[in-house]
Amino acid sequence: MTSPDTLTPAAPRPSRWRRLVESRGGLGLLFMLPAAVFLLCFLTYPLGLGVWLGFTDTRIGRTGSFIGLENYQWLADDPVFWLSVFNTMLYTTVASVLKFGLGLWLALLLNRNLRFKNFFRAIILLPWVVPTVLSALAFWWIYDSQFSIISWVLMSLGIIDAPINFLGDPWNARWSVIAANVWRGIPFVAISLLAGLQTIPQSLNEAAAIDGATAWQRFTKVTLPLLTPIIAVVMTFSVLFTFTDFQLIYVLTRGGPVNATHLMATLSFQRAIPGGQLGEGAAIAVAMIPFLLAAILFSFFGLQRRKWQQGND
Amino acid sequence: MTINRRTLLQGSAAIAAGAVLTGPFGRALAQGAGAAPMFTPEEGASLRLLRWVPFVKAEEEAWNANTRAFTEATGVEVTIDQESWEDVRPKAAVAANVGSGPDMVMSWFDDPFQYPDKLVDVTDLCTMLGEAHGGWYDGLAAYGQQDGKWISTPLCAIGNAICYRDSHMKAAGFEEFPTDTEGFLALCAALKEKGTPAGFPHGKAVGDGNNYAHWLLWSHGAQQVDEQGNVTINSPETAAAIEYAKKLYATFIPGTESWLDVNNNRAFLAGEVSLTANGVSLYYAAMNDPALQEIAADIRTTNLPVGPVGKSVELHQTSTISIFSHCKYPNAAKAYLEFMYRSDNMNRWIESASAYCCQALKEFAANPVWTSNPIHAPYARASESLRVNGYAGPLGPASAGAMADYVLVDMFAEAVTGQRSTEEAIANAERRLQRYYR
Repeated sequence: MTSPDTLTPAAPRPSRWRRLVESRGGLGLLFMLPAAVFLLCFLTYPLGLGVWLGFTDTRIGRTGSFIGLENYQWLADDPVFWLSVFNTMLYTTVASVLKFGLGLWLALLLNRNLRFKNFFRAIILLPWVVPTVLSALAFWWIYDSQFSIISWVLMSLGIIDAPINFLGDPWNARWSVIAANVWRGIPFVAISLLAGLQTIPQSLNEAAAIDGATAWQRFTKVTLPLLTPIIAVVMTFSVLFTFTDFQLIYVLTRGGPVNATHLMATLSFQRAIPGGQLGEGAAIAVAMIPFLLAAILFSFFGLQRRKWQQGND
Repeated sequence: MTINRRTLLQGSAAIAAGAVLTGPFGRALAQGAGAAPMFTPEEGASLRLLRWVPFVKAEEEAWNANTRAFTEATGVEVTIDQESWEDVRPKAAVAANVGSGPDMVMSWFDDPFQYPDKLVDVTDLCTMLGEAHGGWYDGLAAYGQQDGKWISTPLCAIGNAICYRDSHMKAAGFEEFPTDTEGFLALCAALKEKGTPAGFPHGKAVGDGNNYAHWLLWSHGAQQVDEQGNVTINSPETAAAIEYAKKLYATFIPGTESWLDVNNNRAFLAGEVSLTANGVSLYYAAMNDPALQEIAADIRTTNLPVGPVGKSVELHQTSTISIFSHCKYPNAAKAYLEFMYRSDNMNRWIESASAYCCQALKEFAANPVWTSNPIHAPYARASESLRVNGYAGPLGPASAGAMADYVLVDMFAEAVTGQRSTEEAIANAERRLQRYYR
């Protein structure tokens, strides 16, 4: 006897595609796939390739062979490389601190009810809007060893007798490029922090004022803690931009005088592209990664302070 | 009479036309124009040339006009792409490596030696050109040959020469420009005394900085490597070159440590320095500016002085044209080059470059551009006095890398600015060179 089950035609099994589309996890996977492919192709692969090149003696136009840590051993004994590390650290630290201090100050000023507030906010952005190469060229003239406007003014006022050797003296050159970087980077910090300041409810400051808090106490106990998350993000980006700066140095000094302003990024380029030593250039670039990771971790842990602000810590 | 560029070119053209009708130069033109092409372009051929961005507009126009004439004569379309001169090297190297992109490249210095096995053998072409046009200059020929095989066709040297203010030299007590390094030092010291100093770049000036550093080294008999590529920079001659550079630096205008390629031009044209070394473009920058006519009339040029080595030795910028082996139409490419080097075409090009490009083939030393203006005379000797980069070692990635990494420029800059002692600067350069020549 035939069972009734066998008489009923079986429901067609859904296709794999349909099952995938209808499953929650599968659909999520599909949606994430383009982003994953993008990240793999344009982030992971170039990064992996860069790390690999650092272990090879590849030259432009010729594939190299694996040489292990030879590039790093050479760099460890290379005073020019260590000078570039020192320059990069100095450049990043001093410029970032100045950009933060001046940017925060500017943001606090712009957060007040000034006249022409929007006008000031707009022109504050100008240094950031001007292409870096153009502003670098302007600084190139400002710092020219013969035609500097600063030297000219100071000489006209009788303060100095001869033009200042801005880019010829190693320390003058370092401070000069830092000043140019600070000028360019302040707007980013100021406007971002201004946006953060505007999210802080005015009522908190008013309540603190009623409780008798001074302006300084209101700043340190109310404004600054509430601004910390945005400071962490802004300063992470600012540090990353400064650490990897290239255009400003390349236009102003190309790393001179006598490598006194060479950053790791400019040295990496000089050795890899004009010098043709792709492997060594990649090794210098890879040597930047630990520093960049440290900056990202700083941001990560900085952002964790949110818990503390919410009373969870 | 005021000579400007227009009148100069008109005059040059008239001299050239006269020579066509009468002199031996004219016979060369006629022979060149009438010569049967040695290479027959492939059917349906087309070519793409990557060249450096031209410095002189008339030079570009003449090159393009010759190219159009080639297209009209053969039907082979030639597309010319331009790249800023520092970007030609990586782009050409990548094209060679991946086997696609331009068919030919007009590149600098020892670039072809970075990928010699990716280039078409042009021994037949270069041998024919050498025989037809009076032979190649040794220095330029070295930039085209590897192990007896021609891998590239030398095009020109971009001459570098001393440019100075005649009135300032005379005011400093010199009637004639010194021809040796000691006299030159005395002149620079005297110019400084008069408040009209000299200035040479000790910064990362790709062209002028390297020219100056190589002249300092070579003129004192030093060399960075020997014929086998062994590093020989640590020598008494190098120490002597550095000591000389220190004395010379003491006479310069302050700030030369930061000078890039354009700074010496700017300082000279502003009257801040009275003596520097540059291409002929410095003179034409003054000539073409009505406000600088006084300076232009006062400019004189001469070759860099001879040092203890006893002869004129200079780096000069050089350019060659290579055909990539991925080119589908190598015969068309060779035919194109053969056409461009024909006497009338090459003469037109050299003349249009207004002494900026010095010929690679000796026949073109008779080009009227070299005698049309005394200012041009030192630039006419560029191909003769040039030494190859990385002398006396082999050309290749090591010589190219050492120059691009400013090893010599840094060595002199470190010592003259007092950042390192002479011995330390040499030791540092030696260490860096050993890395490239390992």
